[in-house]
Amino acid sequence: MAEKKRYNMRISGLGGQGVVTTAHILGSCMDNAGNYASLVPFFGSEKRMAPVEAYVRASTEPIYEVGEVVYPDIILIYHSQVVTHGKSYTMPFYTGLKPNSLVIINTDIDVLQDEDIKVLKELNAKVVQFNATDLALQIAGTELATNMAMMGMLLGLTKLVTEDDIEKAVRERFLGTSFVASGGTAALDSAIEKKFKKKEQLLAKNMEVINKTFEMADSIDMSTDDLVVQLAM
Amino acid sequence: MSPNTRPKLEKRLVDAKYLLQEAPREKHFITGAQAMAEAVKRASVDMAIAYPITPQSEVMHLVGDIYAQGHIKEYYRAEEELGTMSAIAGASRAGVRLFTATSGPGLLRGLEAIAAWPGHRVPAVLGVLTRVVNAPLSIQPDNVEMAYLMHCGAVMLHAENQQDTFDMTLAAFAIAEKVDVYIPVAVATEGFFVTHAKGYVDMTAEDLALEEFDPVAAPVPAMDNETPPARIQRDAPVQKSNFMSYLIHAVWQQEIWDSNSRAMKYIYEYLGGPIEVVNPDADVFVIASGCAAAQGREAQRYAEEEGLSVGLIKVRAIRPFPTKEICDATKNAKAIIVPEHNAIGWLCKEVKAAIPNGGIVTEGPRVFGGMTLPVELIMVEIYDALGIEHNIKL
Repeated sequence: MAEKKRYNMRISGLGGQGVVTTAHILGSCMDNAGNYASLVPFFGSEKRMAPVEAYVRASTEPIYEVGEVVYPDIILIYHSQVVTHGKSYTMPFYTGLKPNSLVIINTDIDVLQDEDIKVLKELNAKVVQFNATDLALQIAGTELATNMAMMGMLLGLTKLVTEDDIEKAVRERFLGTSFVASGGTAALDSAIEKKFKKKEQLLAKNMEVINKTFEMADSIDMSTDDLVVQLAM
Repeated sequence: MSPNTRPKLEKRLVDAKYLLQEAPREKHFITGAQAMAEAVKRASVDMAIAYPITPQSEVMHLVGDIYAQGHIKEYYRAEEELGTMSAIAGASRAGVRLFTATSGPGLLRGLEAIAAWPGHRVPAVLGVLTRVVNAPLSIQPDNVEMAYLMHCGAVMLHAENQQDTFDMTLAAFAIAEKVDVYIPVAVATEGFFVTHAKGYVDMTAEDLALEEFDPVAAPVPAMDNETPPARIQRDAPVQKSNFMSYLIHAVWQQEIWDSNSRAMKYIYEYLGGPIEVVNPDADVFVIASGCAAAQGREAQRYAEEEGLSVGLIKVRAIRPFPTKEICDATKNAKAIIVPEHNAIGWLCKEVKAAIPNGGIVTEGPRVFGGMTLPVELIMVEIYDALGIEHNIKL
């Protein structure tokens, strides 16, 4: 991806996957790096498997505009059902995508239909697919780290911030006490925390997932003409 | 809560000029609703009355907290908005500083009373946290309700962001109570986009507050046992159908709109003027108010990065409308684009009526129902105005 001053991102996933949490951590990452971010979470009832969207603007300059990102240049899809079942506020998932943009999908099967491929090729988009849930399970031992894998891949490909900025943001999110995304999410966090017993261990596992995705991102040749890059574990 | 159980707060009382322009400030990262409530906290408000409605409820909840902390003397929830706005008028007769806020349908429900506020010389401050009023029902920030308020006689300010919300709300109290103004001031901003989103706000210290309301300085004295009711109540023109009543009404309303015009000098004094101009020598101007100005500011920056001759005129004051200022700022403009968060384009109508060459104005882009106003929509209009090809697919 060509370096830009400004990235407008749309993250689509299902309730429980950490979509809104990712938006908050991305915002903190940018803040830690001395840059700017604004974020807009958008969800209906807070329940598992219900569509969730969050929007993040990240920039090296102050951001004035507000509201949902209607024309993104980066789209993250956390669950294949966003594509295959239309479980999203935005359908089809690439609505409004700008030319020469990036799509990252959590899948290891072909989820794109012929029509999708046609549109995305016309937009000169690049689609990076990998099984983030599997990666989270293998490295962190929980699929709740799926969002870390997705965020890691995004930051690995865009190089928006350093790994130190990320670690600080993840640390703030899981070890700090000042932030609560919602009552439900906070309860979920404490469930994960109990599972790991030690918060530091949780942080280390999350960072391990992110480091792995950084390696995977570096291995991608973005200059090829292929629309889809499928990464194996 | 009994007033006696609330803490007595020690504050240093200062004049509006010092509070708004000279007092040291500290940066905070807060929501627009917090910014409005923090301004109320520093305004020595005597009484707040409100009825909750989304998205205003966030503001008035916080004002309730401020009441509990002892920053406001009295606060209650009225029966609904007509009751709220009527009670504001009634309380005003007693000579106190008043704050209320509402949103969309609540504003229209209370509008009968609000339309009478200026004529009754009610110097209250009204927060308007915009919301859809028309069908299909939505709680999202469409600002068409402001069009209904524009013809009531009140001064109207439109905040772009959280910082504006703080500054304008605080300035509103000072402007409303000037002896040569003495009419209500409404401070509008977009619901959710500003009220529920965080932004950086430079704020004065909490223990610094505006001087108390002075009922003796009022052109319409407060009512008590020694001061008889103002003539409008004792001798209402509605009781008579004769030329005297028409004359009374005419001079009365002329005086209201003159008062509205006289607020302009205080908008200069406290807020730096009714408009802000970015890149004054531009060929194409985006003219916008409220959140649309934030989107316009972004578009202006994108255009400047591409080397295009584009400027921004942010309209802070909707009433009094800055006709002269906009005429001057656009005298060499080749095209004007007016992005808005409503279907009817009330700002566009105002701009067209203000300038001698309305034909250069592009009507829009407009979004309805509270949708985000994508910067890309403004960029397309900019490219079209300059005759530049683009690859934005909308």
